Amino acid sequence: MNAIIQQLFKFKGGVKPQTNKTISAHEPIAQAPLPARLIVPLHQSIGGTPNPLVVAGDHVLKGQLIGGPDGWLSSAVHAPTSGTVLAVEDHISAHPSGLMTLSVIIQPDGRDEWLPRTPLNYRELAPERVREILRDAGVVGLGGAVFPSHAKLSASKTVPMEELVINGAECEPFITCDDLLMRERAEDVVRGVGIFRDLLAPKRVLIGIEDNKPEAVAAMQQAVKSLGEPFEVIAVPTRYPAGGAKQLIRVLTGKEVPAAKRSTELGVQCFNVATAYTAYRAIAHGEPVISRIVTLTGNVEHPCNWEVLIGTPLGEFIQLGQPKSDTNGYLMGGPMMGFEMPSLDAPLVKATNCIIAGSPTLFPPKAPEMPCIRCGACADACPHELQPFEMYWFARAKNFGKTQEYKIFDCIECGCCSFVCPSHIPLVQYFRFAKSEIWAREADKKASEAAKARFEFRNLRDEREKAEKAERLAKASAAKAAEKKAAAATAEASIEPATGSDGADTSGAIAAPVDADAAKKAAIAAAIERARVQRAAAEPKNTDGLTIAQRKEIAEIEARRAPLQEQTDPNAERAKPGTALKEVKG
Amino acid sequence: MTHYLFIIIGAVLVNNVVLVKILGLCPFMGVSKKLETAFGMGAATTFVLTVATGASYVIDHYLLVPFGLEYLRTLSFIVTIAAIVQLTEMVIQKTSPMLHQVLGIYLPLITTNCAVLGVPLLNISNKYNFIESLLFGAGSAVGFSLVLVLFAGIRERIEGADVPVYFKGTAIAMVTAGLMSLAFMGFSGLDKYQ
Amino acid sequence: MITAIIIMALGAIVLGAALGYASIKFKVEGNPLVEKIEAILPQTQCGQCGFPGCKPYAEAIAEGEVDINLCPPGGAEGVQRLADLLGREAKPLNAEEKPKQVALINEETCIGCTLCIQACPVDAIIGAAKQMHTIVAPLCTGCELCIKPCPVECISMEPVAENLDNWKWKYPVIEIKRAA
Repeated sequence: MNAIIQQLFKFKGGVKPQTNKTISAHEPIAQAPLPARLIVPLHQSIGGTPNPLVVAGDHVLKGQLIGGPDGWLSSAVHAPTSGTVLAVEDHISAHPSGLMTLSVIIQPDGRDEWLPRTPLNYRELAPERVREILRDAGVVGLGGAVFPSHAKLSASKTVPMEELVINGAECEPFITCDDLLMRERAEDVVRGVGIFRDLLAPKRVLIGIEDNKPEAVAAMQQAVKSLGEPFEVIAVPTRYPAGGAKQLIRVLTGKEVPAAKRSTELGVQCFNVATAYTAYRAIAHGEPVISRIVTLTGNVEHPCNWEVLIGTPLGEFIQLGQPKSDTNGYLMGGPMMGFEMPSLDAPLVKATNCIIAGSPTLFPPKAPEMPCIRCGACADACPHELQPFEMYWFARAKNFGKTQEYKIFDCIECGCCSFVCPSHIPLVQYFRFAKSEIWAREADKKASEAAKARFEFRNLRDEREKAEKAERLAKASAAKAAEKKAAAATAEASIEPATGSDGADTSGAIAAPVDADAAKKAAIAAAIERARVQRAAAEPKNTDGLTIAQRKEIAEIEARRAPLQEQTDPNAERAKPGTALKEVKG
Repeated sequence: MTHYLFIIIGAVLVNNVVLVKILGLCPFMGVSKKLETAFGMGAATTFVLTVATGASYVIDHYLLVPFGLEYLRTLSFIVTIAAIVQLTEMVIQKTSPMLHQVLGIYLPLITTNCAVLGVPLLNISNKYNFIESLLFGAGSAVGFSLVLVLFAGIRERIEGADVPVYFKGTAIAMVTAGLMSLAFMGFSGLDKYQ
Repeated sequence: MITAIIIMALGAIVLGAALGYASIKFKVEGNPLVEKIEAILPQTQCGQCGFPGCKPYAEAIAEGEVDINLCPPGGAEGVQRLADLLGREAKPLNAEEKPKQVALINEETCIGCTLCIQACPVDAIIGAAKQMHTIVAPLCTGCELCIKPCPVECISMEPVAENLDNWKWKYPVIEIKRAA
């Protein structure tokens, strides 16, 4: 019971929206039935897009790797059930844009047949190997950021690891998936935390849970006790966004993570409880991340938490909860940070912690945006101590440099500012807009710098090639001249052996440039001639077997080109003698 | 001592070159779109104006007055200022490329800044001595920089405001300048307290 | 009168001499402005401004020889940024603004003549003589310089489609609803 004595800290700002958690928390986690079709997007986590390892027609087993991680910062994707791959194609994604992303579409065969699983004892494995296993099992941060977990499991080399923070706060309204997970599978979660602890070797392990989830706190404390782990399970005051990584670290450890630093530099690392659970399943049971617990709540008859396969289409999933007739949309995530799902065809992914059915009564249409009155309510609510009203002003004016001066990139888009704004300004939308504009600009800048470098290198290479060619020609003609002179000298030598060598040298020096020039011209003329012959020979090749219409088209094009070519050809060839030669060589 | 203080306060606030004397309006309108550039322009003008007042005092006192050539003041001052600006620019460009990057394009603009010519002429009509002239010059320059920076700050914010289309740009800037000028009238009499 | 002329002439000579000396003594090579202008230009090296590449155009702008609105890939925004940098008046672009695009070689018709490879300013085309060529799309700047040299007209420009990597959040717009 040391949890109660533990001194807690506070973070500034935050709000207390209505939690609405009870509606979905009274029933145990249910197993969702197999859907008719699974759409598994390959890119589900931060980092490189996994490479597809299957093609249409392949038969896959449950847990089979279908997307191999692309580099270290990337995570694998697996088949959620056994069945046949229908296609590997672009499919609408669970993303606010509703754009397509490369997905593997699987038709389940109903047998739900597992690939042979190999339980491992991670204590016998090298830490490096454990991280690899986690990457290949597709373990990513299930709190919503989907950052590959293995990449967070290397302790900083310079700073000793002080605290490992396990995030069970679940501060967003409506969502109860972590709550139920901790209530029902606390021991597995604690075992997963044990894996993280052994990899990072922190001095303390703190499990933070908001105090509106007493059952989860009790279950976790019980599990910690029965497994004999020295973890501290701490109930933190319920205040949104207590579940933000930086906020929870602040509350539990009193450490404030500076903008430009990672928490590891302060000796702190943070994981979600569901991540710990999947890590344990991956190692101790050999089960990759192919399902997750999703809260289905809001305007539905039967709100509940479901263990659902990754890739289940939204349309099939919502039927489990029987949405009421006035449902007008589905939010993925919570009401504070979530976004509207673009389509019922979009699949559930690793980042999907909650689906909320919306209705006009549940989420009334937003009141019209009024002018900012600079009341400062947003600055009071901001958990990152930013000045949203200033960032808004400049984001609205598209003065992005100024928004960066006001540290827009420290914004975690938690939505507190929009929540408290008396003028109903969608502040977070402005910040997202400004951020993505700044990113696009930076990408453009990088691209143009790369283009410039390539252009300059190309120019350099052209110069060098030209110089080399000139040198080679000069050398060749000099050699030829020397040969000639030598022949002349021998001829002369027969007449006047005494002064022959001297005279040959001086005359050779004068004659060489003239000869070199002539030789170069001759070589170029020959090359052009050869190129022309070759081009003429090459041309008819792809005109075989053409239709009459195509032939006609070609004739027309030829006719159009002929006068143009006459104009440009001589100039081009005079300016760049190298080009003709290059063609011949190639 | 208070006399000198009053000269400075008078130059910075009460008789501000831009808002009260209405001098140097072209850079005030032209270079006040961004805060950084306003800082650069302010710094450059402060330097040139201080040097120019000193140089004009010397020219007037030791060259024009002894030979009775007071009527050539304007002409000789302009030539001197232009030369000083050119010289300053070249020296800065060579010695401190960083500073030149900051002030770079504003330096030549100062040549045409009427405040730089106006302040030396006011010095003479006020019959200031050398020290007083320098203080008045520096004070005016600081006053110029102050309102330029203030004005740039306001204009940066106005960029994001819902200004009616017909008022956008220079029009709203003029209105703002007028309001600032009114505000600066509040300082009047501050330098008369004895 | 004579004194006046003498004094003014003297002043002019002194100042002129000082400036002349300074201009020799404090001579600085190169123009830092060119670099700043070049940083704004999009580096497509397309030559649509009439100069062979971005740098020559930047030099011409720095010299004050040409307008700042000749760069279609930079768009209206580029013109605005140049105007801000140089303190000049922003002008509308003297050509239509196109969306970002990349070149695409129709691999059926390509005869492998290598002409486009030589035209590409950023080496974004690979291929060999009598072999099919292809464009390395991430490197293509969309300059259109490869279109003209192609003898079989197999190169076309395709606008860059929106995908999850380049998708941007939109500016919040309040829908105006018609009053019933």
